[in-house]
Amino acid sequence: MPPPSRQSASVGAVRRAFAPWADPDAKPLIRFENVTKRFGEAVAVDHLTLDIFEGEFFCLLGPSGCGKTTLMRMLAGFEFPTEGMITLAGQSLEGVPPYRRPVNMMFQSYALFPHMSVEKNIAFGLRQDGLPKSEISDRVGEMLRLVQLEKLAKRYPSQLSGGQRQRVALARALAKRPKVLLLDEPLGALDKKLREETQFELMDIQHELGMTFVVVTHDQEEAMTMADRIAVMDHGRIVQVATPGEIYEQPKTRFIAEFVGDVNILEGHVQGQESGLWHVKSPSAEMPLTIDDPDEVLHSGQAVAIAVRPEKMVVQREKPGPEAVNVLTGEVWDIGYLGDWTVYRIRLATGEILRVSCANISRFVESPIDWDEQVYVTFAPGAAVILAE
Amino acid sequence: MTRRLSIFNVTSLVMGFAFLYLPILLLVVYSFNASRLVTVWGGFSTQWYGALFRNQALMEAAWVTLRIALLSASIATVLGTLAALALTRYGRFPGRTLFTGMVYAPMVMPEVVTGLSLLLFFVAVDLDRGFWTITLAHTTLTMCFVTVVVQARLMTFDRSLEEAAMDLGAPPLRTFFSVTLPLIAPSIVAGFLLAFTLSLDDLVVASFNTGPGATTLPIKIYSQVRLGLSPEINAASTILIGLVTLGVILATLISKRSVLRSRRNAH
Repeated sequence: MPPPSRQSASVGAVRRAFAPWADPDAKPLIRFENVTKRFGEAVAVDHLTLDIFEGEFFCLLGPSGCGKTTLMRMLAGFEFPTEGMITLAGQSLEGVPPYRRPVNMMFQSYALFPHMSVEKNIAFGLRQDGLPKSEISDRVGEMLRLVQLEKLAKRYPSQLSGGQRQRVALARALAKRPKVLLLDEPLGALDKKLREETQFELMDIQHELGMTFVVVTHDQEEAMTMADRIAVMDHGRIVQVATPGEIYEQPKTRFIAEFVGDVNILEGHVQGQESGLWHVKSPSAEMPLTIDDPDEVLHSGQAVAIAVRPEKMVVQREKPGPEAVNVLTGEVWDIGYLGDWTVYRIRLATGEILRVSCANISRFVESPIDWDEQVYVTFAPGAAVILAE
Repeated sequence: MTRRLSIFNVTSLVMGFAFLYLPILLLVVYSFNASRLVTVWGGFSTQWYGALFRNQALMEAAWVTLRIALLSASIATVLGTLAALALTRYGRFPGRTLFTGMVYAPMVMPEVVTGLSLLLFFVAVDLDRGFWTITLAHTTLTMCFVTVVVQARLMTFDRSLEEAAMDLGAPPLRTFFSVTLPLIAPSIVAGFLLAFTLSLDDLVVASFNTGPGATTLPIKIYSQVRLGLSPEINAASTILIGLVTLGVILATLISKRSVLRSRRNAH
């Protein structure tokens, strides 16, 4: 089966109508221009340039200490760049204090005012604007409906559950209808089930209001589910900005491949190219590996890493025929049964451990693969990505 | 795991409390003595309380004490709160450790030293001793207690609450009055009550800095006792003990409640 041609192929779930970043004429809503932030000696954000467009659900993803929170706090106005410039809708934010920015933030700790009821918390921002009483109460009512908390308006934060507090924090940040809503680890404090539900709710709310959301998270699943685009950060720099699908299927670096999702890395050297396919000699496989990644520009003898996602590998007991490409031999080291998936850990002759996951599409299996069995792992040429070292 | 009290525990507990409170208890009991002789029990009576309220000099002293306590506690509360804010908020400014030490110094300084140094200072700047010098002296004495109480609360204060207020459009001053102040108010009240009770029963510092027309109740009682014991003094002392106890209990309750509340909000 020939792989689909690159032009027609797409990756991930794409909102086709919405891709302002691909439009060269589109004006970004938020623009970071060569922004650097230092705290004494430490560099939190390092010469960073980034555009975020209106209506985008944008995720800043990275390990802790990568600078993503600093980036968000600079947008909110709690920190100011050491160098460079941030603009919002064409206006420079230099020297603009947090209370004069059309940006609101939902804090990781929620930061609800404990001495005010839910209602008063949501009204706080509107009262600062000096809106008339009737308008404030209308807007508070609207927000309470939006997050489905009408019945709890008179309660105090200490009388709410974690999920309810999260909603109040969201409503309070949305009440002023900011141009940009910043969310700092918005779902970090919720349990797994609630987190999943809330992810979709946040997407619905963002869609309904057409607001620009910028989310900071260290949870790649959260970022993948919600974001239009993800910026993966490491050591104060942006490593890749792309849609979740591109980040997952075409990671630019080994760091991204390993940080987002699980991945198997096979080291090797380029042998050459033949009818668009790269041949890579790897100590992990007997025969050269065949990889379909025409975008890469490589030369013979170059050291590369081949990244293959666990679900794109197939494990089988029978030896594949002579026409098969990308065959690795190993023995079953470990089996993890997760219900929806079974994860095999396969030990190759070189001592490397591969992770292969297999969807459990039927309830019963005739003779399941067992521990210590000799198995073959294969993957299609299009399943792998070549990462230049 | 309820461990039973052994006879030893009970005895030591009783002895301890007796050691601490028996003299005070005796004083309270004798303030209800019908007899004029302080050491002879002549039956129950509240006549000395009546006599006390008719004693012009004592009542005047009580009024002076109350005014000084209120005023000095108020000033100490404002200054002490500001010091606590400076110490917790402004990071590592040069001399921070020294400043912290200096704020706490009056707490451990012998009262005689505090009293004497203040007296020398007032003489040097040529300030007439009286109501105002005692008030100032008590402010100095009690400010650090307010700082300690308020600082403890500020240490556990979630700064993101203030950031949230500013993010929602409140400038710094409004943020302070609408978010910070209401949340640390219990500790400020507790600090005020502590300062108030400390000023109320201070004898040493007050007697160093007193002047004509500014006799506080403790000074008055002390000077009267030297002329001979009177049941009226017992009654006055009993009221003073009651007030101080009430103040300390209130301060403890208020600060305990605010700690509980902030802890409940933390998760």
